[in-house]
Amino acid sequence: MSKETNFVFNQTPQVIQKKKYCRFKKHGIKYIDYKDKDFLLKFVNEQGKVLPRRITGTSLKYQRKMSVAIKRARHLALMPFVADGLK
Amino acid sequence: MNKQQYETVIILTPVLSEQQMKDAVSGYRELITSNGGEMVHEENWGLTKLAYPIQKKGTGFYHLFEFTANTDFIKTFELAFRRDERVLRYLTVKLDKWGVDYNKRKRNGELRSAAKESKPAAPAVDVKVGEDTEL
Repeated sequence: MSKETNFVFNQTPQVIQKKKYCRFKKHGIKYIDYKDKDFLLKFVNEQGKVLPRRITGTSLKYQRKMSVAIKRARHLALMPFVADGLK
Repeated sequence: MNKQQYETVIILTPVLSEQQMKDAVSGYRELITSNGGEMVHEENWGLTKLAYPIQKKGTGFYHLFEFTANTDFIKTFELAFRRDERVLRYLTVKLDKWGVDYNKRKRNGELRSAAKESKPAAPAVDVKVGEDTEL
């Protein structure tokens, strides 16, 4: 018991942040439109790379769909493959 | 004879005049209808800036077809794009039931969930658009 509490205590204090959530699940979005580039830009970093799930909090199911949508948008030149200072 | 709903976006060269672009589009529309397809929706985005140059061109005419067709029609449809020098890019996507639903709601202007989503980021989006136009 004491061991356990010690262990927790010794961990570096982390800033308590709001729990991440999957925005697709929360808002009930079932289809991700590859033509909506302003929406897709939220899941991409400045260089136009897909952000990992651990940052955006997206669930695996929708991360997969979202990455496909981004790739389609890139093919249609709606989004860049490589960019500098996208945001 | 398996009917499916598809969505195709094509990018036509900016070299074409407005009339030539319309001719090309109506040619493809006829190709769909003459092969037993049925147009559901069509959208012309006009001359749009590309995110990166394609065949050394910075802009292109985007056109969207939404149609139902037999599964084997897509082969001939895409072959026509590949033969056509006016088409810079094309993408055909089979719409699942959510995609059909999404497009229907988008057309009726009742995309509440998406609107809610984009609301907090609306100012950021405006900035992005501004940057795009500067480039």
